[in-house]
Formats: sequence, structure tokens, C-alpha cells
Amino acid sequence: MLELRNISCSFPEFSLDDISFSVCDGEYFILLGESGAGKSLLLETIAGLNPVKSGTLLLDGKDITREKIQNRGIGLVFQDHAVFPHLSVKENIAYPMKGKHLSAPEKDKIIEEITHILQISKLLNRKPATLSGGELQRVALARALVQRPKVLLLDEPLSATDSKLRSELRTLLRQINRMGQTIIHVTHDFDEAVSLADRIAIMNQGSIVQSGAPQEIFGNPVNGFVAHFAGIRNFFKVAIEHQDGKCIARPGKDVPVVIGEYTENNSGYILIRNEDILLSSSTFESSALNNFEGLVTDLYPSRSGMEVVIDIGIRLHAQISRESAIKLKLAQDEKIWVHFKASSVRLIAS
Amino acid sequence: MKQFSPFQLTITLAAALILLFIIAPLVGMFVSTSPSDLFTTARDVEVQQSIKLTIWVSLAATMIFALAAIPLAYLLSRKDFPLKSIVAGIIDLPVVIPHSAAGIAILGFVSRDSVLGKMGSAVGLNFVGHPAGIAVAMAFVSLPFLINAARDGFSGVPIRLEKAALTLGASPARVFFTISLPLAWRSIVSGLILMFARGMSEFGAVIMVAYHPMITPVLIYERFGAFGLKYARPVSVLFIMISLAVFITLRILARNKDQKSTPHA
Repeated sequence: MLELRNISCSFPEFSLDDISFSVCDGEYFILLGESGAGKSLLLETIAGLNPVKSGTLLLDGKDITREKIQNRGIGLVFQDHAVFPHLSVKENIAYPMKGKHLSAPEKDKIIEEITHILQISKLLNRKPATLSGGELQRVALARALVQRPKVLLLDEPLSATDSKLRSELRTLLRQINRMGQTIIHVTHDFDEAVSLADRIAIMNQGSIVQSGAPQEIFGNPVNGFVAHFAGIRNFFKVAIEHQDGKCIARPGKDVPVVIGEYTENNSGYILIRNEDILLSSSTFESSALNNFEGLVTDLYPSRSGMEVVIDIGIRLHAQISRESAIKLKLAQDEKIWVHFKASSVRLIAS
Repeated sequence: MKQFSPFQLTITLAAALILLFIIAPLVGMFVSTSPSDLFTTARDVEVQQSIKLTIWVSLAATMIFALAAIPLAYLLSRKDFPLKSIVAGIIDLPVVIPHSAAGIAILGFVSRDSVLGKMGSAVGLNFVGHPAGIAVAMAFVSLPFLINAARDGFSGVPIRLEKAALTLGASPARVFFTISLPLAWRSIVSGLILMFARGMSEFGAVIMVAYHPMITPVLIYERFGAFGLKYARPVSVLFIMISLAVFITLRILARNKDQKSTPHA
């Protein structure tokens, strides 16, 4: 198990602050965050490439905070692969095995096994300059895996790949993880994180904002940053009023939102899923307690239909089908009615 | 017909003049030297010994000083430290100071009264008037060419590759010898060739340290002083021809090695 306890590092114009999390053996752990959040610096710090200012790094209970890089037992695959250009594929993969007291046939056997799994057996005599991005990625993976690392660190391994290759590499990474390899994978891609992770940690400005299982994070984002990252657009900080045994949240001054659940708190966050919002051209009697007239400020195609942004004093995002958009004759700056049930408003206490 | 703008015409003319300026004196010297004079000079034992001495001493100086100069270049390309720009300036100093002045400085440095001179005397080596002294003088004025070329070469090696090698279990020394050095090799070889060539052609610093044994630039000077232009010219032509032959051979060897290690695109 890899454990980070209150790790802090300083760089000329950036710092990693008080980072703590643990990764269990065989786990697929994803560090998710925007560019510049410090994800790659954190990976390099775990690998030993950056000095730790304070905190402790434990691997299987052993303190490796100041352990030499070459003795850590941690593999790192860089975003740009960092395959040595002057060595052949075979020489690259064999590089970590030098000085390991292995005979040539033993080395060849290990190389054969790993290249078979990664489907690069035919590339062994090629030079890196002749390989595609996907092939380079596989060579870098093979080279890191051949040293049998206790933890494999992957820095944006699927960036700069087309969708077909990305899908292939995802399958490959899952396969490697299923073989028992502990993986920490850095990405800025939400879909990539959800599709691979056992657990996710979200990073922002050098700190871990939230960590947990994907459904835990995306069901209960701790703040707007996490919600935005998780693709949740309707996430608002609110003041809560109590009227006639009901809770009214006010994300905006003139926007009283009825909440289905009761809380004694006076503030918190509310979350409304895009697909829980109904649109209509006029108001109508329904069971929905939240009904607002607003102005369409934007509408654009999305993966599952149309995304509509409506200003009701706050900007709400609704997800509707293309057919519905045509039926409602939706257009920018047109008035529209918005409806959602009190029970569809998730309250997250602050 | 292709039209030349006045600007293009001006720069072409300027380039042609500069080329002519470099080539004309050399061609003039070659033309003025008869093959029989050249042949006679080539059979002159003093000339032969002098050329051999010049080549091997410069080669030895390049190889010996490279052992420390290449690590220094690596340090300069990879580490930041206080007064780094001053250190870089100090390295360039031998290029900008008059070489006769450099020779005086080296003479003080290697004379019998100096620490180095005393150390040499203890093992029976007197730098003044000795090939070892000549090597020191040659190295002093030509080291910047190697250090700067090697530093540029190391700077061109992505640090990420070195970091990757460290994470693959390599020690810093193994990273240097298996990643940094091979990838910077092309620039280092260029630097070695430049240092060697510059050392061979050194006169001002060497003559202060060792008039004898005579390296070829000193022999040319002596022949000119004692016998005039007619006797100095064939030695000059012969030395230029041999220098060029050595220089071109080294370049070809370096290029062949480079092509063998360059990936096929």
C-alpha cells in the first residue's frame, strides 16, 4: 500500500500543500484535475524526482520519503513517453534489468512475456523514431512494467491519442490492473477517470479537494469546483430559509428553490441534475414545486440531445432531446418555463 | 530569368567578398608553392617531427582535458548555482585574451617555482620546454570550444529522459553514461574536433612556454624569421593540408558513427 501523509513540496512558482491519501494494493487510483493543478508534480514527487518539504511517503509501511529514486520500486510513465531515442525498443525495455543479476535468457523471457501482453513483440528491433504514438506508449509501459514496480504511475497516458487508440489503451490498462498491478493515473478527463478508477482524488491548485469512489464524489461533490469537474452544471451555494416546515434554498436573491429534504442548517449547496429539469412554453399545473420563468441564454448540441442554458436569476442547465427543442421552438433570448420537483434538488450541507 | 532585388544583390556581394577574403590568401599561398618545394619540405625530418609533435600533443591535450571538461559542461547545463554566469564568462576568457598574454600566464603557472612546476619536478617533469607544457598551453586556449559545444549538447538532451532513466533504477552515473553522454555525443565530438584543431594551430601561448621542441606553428615562425617567406611558405602549405586532412577525416568518422546510431526514419 502506498500512503501519502501531509506531503508538501515547494517549487519556484507552485506548491503542493498537505496532500494525504492512500492507495491499496491492486487498486486503480486516479488523480483528476485541470492542467496546472499539480498532478504531474505530485506523481514525480511520489517517484522521488522532487524533494519533499514536509510529510511522509510510505510504501508497504516503509518510509520512502527520502529513499533514492532507483531504490523505490515505483515505475513512472511520462506523458511524452520518454522512450530513449538512441536505443532500440528491446534495449529500452531491457534498460531497467541491467545490474539485476539476470541471465540473458531470463531477460529475453521477461521481455517476451511483457511484449506479448502489450502486443509489441514485432517492434523489438525498431528505433523509437519509427514508432507511432500508441506504439511508443506501449513501449514506455513495457519498460516500466519490466521492473515489476510495486506502484505504476501514469502521467496522462491517454492524452494526444485518437478515440480508437484511447479505447484500446484503456482496455490494456484495465488488463494490467487486473493482473494485480497497483496504478496511479493522472488525467484531466472526467470520462477517462470514471471509466477506469476504483477511486478518484480531485486536485486543484496543489491540493486534494476530494477523494473517494467515483459515485461518492460525483454524488456528493464538496464544492462547485468538484461539481463542475464532474460535469454537474447546476451546483449552487445557497442560504436556507425555513418556512412552514419546508426548506427554501436561495441560490439567488429572487430564486426561492423548494428542497424536498429538511435540514436545520442555514447554508449549504444544492445540486440539480440537468436531466431532472423540465421545460415548457407556458406554465401548467403539475406536482413540481419549483416553477420559474426564464430566458434562454444559450443552447447547443450535446452528446444526448441539446443543452439549454436558462437565466432564472441563476443560470440553470437543462438537458433535453432534439425533438423537444424543435417542438418548443427554442431559440436564444426566448422566454421559457422551467420546472423541477423539490425531491430532485439534492442538498449538500456545508 | 530570375530577378534579384537590390537587397539580395547587396548581401550576395557581401558574402562573396567575405569568402574571397578567406580563400584568396590561402589559394595565393598554394599557387605560389611549387610541388617540388612541397615535396622537399615533406621529406625534411625537422618538419616531419614538428608536425607529428603538433598532432599528438594536441590530441593528447584534447583527450586528457576532455575527461574533466565534459563533466564540467554537464554541470553547467544541468545545475543552477550562484555566480554561474561568471563561471561561464571565465570559461570564455581564453578566447578573448591575447594568446601571448595567456602564454605568459601559463608560464607562471607551470614554471619550476609554481606549485604545479614543483609537483612536476618531483617526478622529473619540467613543463617548460616540454611537450607537457605545450599541451597545457594548447588546452588553455582551446578548452572553451569543447566546453561550450558539450554544454550545448547536454542542454539539448531532454531532462525528462534522464528522469525516466532514474525511475527505471539507473544510478545518476549510469544515467550520465547511457543517456546524457550518448545523446549529447554529436555536439561533444564537434567540440573535441574544434578543440583539437584549435590546439594544433596555437602559436602565441605555446611559444612562451616551449620554443623547443618545436610545434609546426613555431617552426613556420622560425623559418620565416631566419630564412624568409620562401622557406616558411611550403611548411605552412604542408601543415594546412595535413590539418585539413585530419579535420575532414575526424568529421567523416564522427558522421559515420552518428549515422549508425541515428534511427532510420
